[in-house]
Amino acid sequence: MQGKVIDVTLDTVVGEVMNMKNDGQRLVTFSTYQEAEKKIGILYHFDKDLEATHLRLVADMDKPIPSVSGVYFAALLVENEIRDQWDVKFDGLVLDFNRSLYLDPEVTQVPLVSNVKIEPKK
Amino acid sequence: MATTVIPFGPQHPVLPEPIHLTLKLEDEIVKEAIPALGYVHRGLEKLADIRDYHQMIQVVERVCGICSMIHGVCYSQGIEELMKIEIPKRAEMLRVIWSELHRMHSHLLWLGLFADAFGFESLFMQFWKVRERIMDINEATTGSRVIVSVNIIGGVRADLSPDQIRWILSELDIAEKEIKAMQDTIMNDYTVKSRTCGIGVLTKEQAHELGAAGPMLRGSGVAQDMRMLGYGGYSEIDFEPVFETAGDCWARSTVRFRETLASIDLVRQAISKLPEGELSVKVKGNPPEGEVYTRVEQPRGECMYYLKGNGTKHLDRLRIRTPTFANVPPLLATLPGCELADVPVIVLSIDPCISCTER
Repeated sequence: MQGKVIDVTLDTVVGEVMNMKNDGQRLVTFSTYQEAEKKIGILYHFDKDLEATHLRLVADMDKPIPSVSGVYFAALLVENEIRDQWDVKFDGLVLDFNRSLYLDPEVTQVPLVSNVKIEPKK
Repeated sequence: MATTVIPFGPQHPVLPEPIHLTLKLEDEIVKEAIPALGYVHRGLEKLADIRDYHQMIQVVERVCGICSMIHGVCYSQGIEELMKIEIPKRAEMLRVIWSELHRMHSHLLWLGLFADAFGFESLFMQFWKVRERIMDINEATTGSRVIVSVNIIGGVRADLSPDQIRWILSELDIAEKEIKAMQDTIMNDYTVKSRTCGIGVLTKEQAHELGAAGPMLRGSGVAQDMRMLGYGGYSEIDFEPVFETAGDCWARSTVRFRETLASIDLVRQAISKLPEGELSVKVKGNPPEGEVYTRVEQPRGECMYYLKGNGTKHLDRLRIRTPTFANVPPLLATLPGCELADVPVIVLSIDPCISCTER
């Protein structure tokens, strides 16, 4: 993959993202993938002068992930998208759509995770 | 002062596609804007589970009609990088030609819509008249006006004959003349300037921090364009990014106007450097295990694809980040402080493509 990849953990992700911001990096977006059963991989993509850098976080899907929207406001949309598509919660999200950015309240299937059902909203 | 809440969209005359903004106002001044998406979410990324990596080209071309060619380029070059396929130089240059034609017709479409947004109907019609020439070139060379569908994994499926090249160059000469005839109006007309100058200002620092892309970023003085990466045929041609420094609606429209003229130059350069040779190479096997992060410059800005292969004909993951998705947070930053009457112009100034954003 183009660019340097740095592994981070739940404890270090916000600090590392802050370091990227202090370094003048522009947040491009996050990418997500299923690392293993009930584990999500998140790549935080950054750009500085067309050079890409990525932070890789592997986390349990059933535990909240620290939001970086307090560091980069632009992260709020992609974190809400991940919330919709993977049913992963983010701690400290500055604007939480509560799984309704794209999805209708009656949706019970988690779009990108097979065989996981969620309660429809009332 | 009492706060008034005004719903903007999802149906609004300046919005070709639906997005909703909850605007909180004091008197006529916007204090806060909160977006709501989800009206055209299709879940196209999920289709990678059931469509093989060749079929996914047709899917990604439908992420957005106006940017369809460049979505195809981004996806194809991602798969080609994953599978370590080197495509013929002629195919690379043909991709540049159709990409720039796409950029031109997208910008001309937007310039017309922008003129329409502030009530300049004749300018709207003039831009769309020129756009028809570009659409005719697409139709004559690929069979389709919008979704040209020329990309395949390993190259392109269509070619340009010498007669077609001569005709394209003559059409571009006429288009250039017609576009330049509108330059003074779009950049200097009193009506245009009064509706765009100093409206919806995004500073250079804000643009960078909020992750703006494309003309939204370059209109704020950041001279960054993914074509500077030199992907595909862009490594063979001279390219300088167009940028402005005012950061307002005028700057964003001027960037798009100047980029339209720059695209004509890029097509001419690509045609002059179009080598002889094959259009594609044969592709065997499936994408191996691995990850690819690839970026291209669409008319609306930087587009990113993340592909994860697993050795089968289906990708493990396809992730698409489109430029409008990146430009929503900057839009939210430009709205507070503006007058309600300026909201349609500011919203349109990001060239919103909601079907792209929601995929």
